[in-house]
Amino acid sequence: MSGDESYIQISDVSKHFGPVVAVDNISVSIARGEFFSLLGSSGCGKTTLLRMLAGFESPTTGEIYIDGLPMSEKAPHHRPTNMVFQSYAIFPHLDVRQNIAFGLRTEKVSKEEANSRVDETLELVKLTGFGDRRSNELSGGQRQRIALARALIKHPKVLLLDEPLGALDKKLREEMQIELRSLQQSLGITFIFVTHDQEEAITLSDRIAVMSEGKALQIGSPKDLYNTPVSVEVADFIGQMNFVDAEVLDVKSGVAVIDTSGLGKVKIPTSADFAQKGARGVVAIRPEKLKISEKKSGALKNAVEGTLKSASYYGNRSHYHVTVEGSDQPMAVASQEVDIASGNTLDSDTPVWLSWEDGALILLPQPPA
Amino acid sequence: MSIEATASGEGMPERKSWRRRFRALFLRSEALRGYTLLSPTMLVMAFAMCLPFIVMVLMSFWTQKGFDIDTSFTLNNYQEAIDGPIYEALLFRSLMISGTCTLATVLISYPMAYYVAFHVHKRKLLWIILMTLPFWTSYLLRVFSWKIILGYNGAINSGLKALGLIDQPLEFLLYSPTAVIITLAHAWAAFAILPIYVSLEKIDRSLLEAAADLGEGPVGRFLRITLPLSLPGVIAATIMIFIPTVGDYVTPALVGGPNGLMLANIIEAQFGRINNWPMGAALAITMLFVVAAVTLIYIWITRKLTARIA
Repeated sequence: MSGDESYIQISDVSKHFGPVVAVDNISVSIARGEFFSLLGSSGCGKTTLLRMLAGFESPTTGEIYIDGLPMSEKAPHHRPTNMVFQSYAIFPHLDVRQNIAFGLRTEKVSKEEANSRVDETLELVKLTGFGDRRSNELSGGQRQRIALARALIKHPKVLLLDEPLGALDKKLREEMQIELRSLQQSLGITFIFVTHDQEEAITLSDRIAVMSEGKALQIGSPKDLYNTPVSVEVADFIGQMNFVDAEVLDVKSGVAVIDTSGLGKVKIPTSADFAQKGARGVVAIRPEKLKISEKKSGALKNAVEGTLKSASYYGNRSHYHVTVEGSDQPMAVASQEVDIASGNTLDSDTPVWLSWEDGALILLPQPPA
Repeated sequence: MSIEATASGEGMPERKSWRRRFRALFLRSEALRGYTLLSPTMLVMAFAMCLPFIVMVLMSFWTQKGFDIDTSFTLNNYQEAIDGPIYEALLFRSLMISGTCTLATVLISYPMAYYVAFHVHKRKLLWIILMTLPFWTSYLLRVFSWKIILGYNGAINSGLKALGLIDQPLEFLLYSPTAVIITLAHAWAAFAILPIYVSLEKIDRSLLEAAADLGEGPVGRFLRITLPLSLPGVIAATIMIFIPTVGDYVTPALVGGPNGLMLANIIEAQFGRINNWPMGAALAITMLFVVAAVTLIYIWITRKLTARIA
């Protein structure tokens, strides 16, 4: 029996559809009770990976283990997983109760137990009283709950969710996010959640695998992905990020001296392999880590002068775009202070100073062209 | 009264208004627009179906007297149609042959439709066209080709003899109810394949994946998802085959032999050789009601059944 840390083990899994490589050599271990998200834009292979976990596709190479058992020989109906489909896949010829009870037939439970389990599950997803409705009499949110209930009644070890909230409107989606998270925590089931919505992934997940073109670019907690992305692609995908071209001038005892086009000469602690003298890279900074001011105050160590191009005020926060010399892209700045210390808003085309704390800059390798 | 008077007094001039009023009515009333679209069909139906039918009903209450027809009202024809044991037997045989044929056709067609719907991924249309190929030749040619296959010295018998499996040709093959059933089943297969294929094709594949995910094996998935969801196609197919085959008289006349004759052959004879049109009309209308009753009962039962499965 494998330990909790590698309850699900995806080991060197690839999937080819003819010449197309949908999933490219992915390895990841998922702990019992973890909320794990596969995040990526459409076509990145996240759904294919999920379908391999469910058993609808078999890996071209590699093996998936759940609870220590290899899954390649197991048909979908013999796996300890259940899935919530993107389309919900509610059986149109059955009512809500029959839909939810569908998976109990093969478990050979008594009628009384089946009934009480259906009642329980209906209550769990807040659909008590809807038992005899047909699926076409239900709203999107209710259908989503049935799909969830139908999977949960099987007491799966692993629940697979394929963009389950994608078809819901924003408000309902946010409600369901909270419910999903609390459900997952109270039931202790391992959730594997596929989404293209980075905010959703960050809100819900314990860990996220960011995927692109079949590869896992980075696997880590939302905080890791946000604070220490390993590539421009991940940094760009998770939240907003400013990038400037950079060249490593020197590396001394783990600190790289870097010449950037736009932010001047900076020092960034790094242990990355590519950070060698003369290497080209990218320096990134989050918009909220840039501070904007009209005058250069003496206390600011890291500062650069620029020109304010646009400013948007949203009440509790403001967004600015500032052009700096050497960079084609204007720098995005997000500020919690509604306006500048003077109390006045800034006008376009005024000179401003951008500053940042030590440790706000991230050195990333040059993305492949 | 006074209000009406003022209204019409102030209204538009009479002549102009009726066209406008029709236009307004036409735009407002969905039913009127529908009937207008239907009118060519309705005209054809009125002259080619309703009028002949009325004539048939009238004639069934008359009596054939030699070469003349006595037009005084009588129920004698219906009395004979119900009492005459030959008619009852033939009606029963018609229902049996046609029912068996319907069942056989659906059983043969379902796997074909299933195969194309679920296992053919390229050129589905070509497959469907090939399956409906029997329809490209004349109905009579199809019946005659079965005569060649099933005949005393036909393909099957000479084949079996050549293989040494039989000494004497099998006689039950041709000129029997079996021959009628085989011929009809082949001739009408396309009418079963198409509706069943359409209803199978419509089934969302994720429903089958969901059923597998919830623990059902292939048999369970078929019985609990595929079959119930394809029932509308199956029901449509059975009705589309049962109704035309029960009244068929060409096939039984050509391959049925004496034991394969059906009620429609007698009806045809009444209008032909026997020359008793009123009797033929009464038999035809009796048959119409029986077939309608059988079909309605069938629809009612399948409704109940599908409601229970569902």
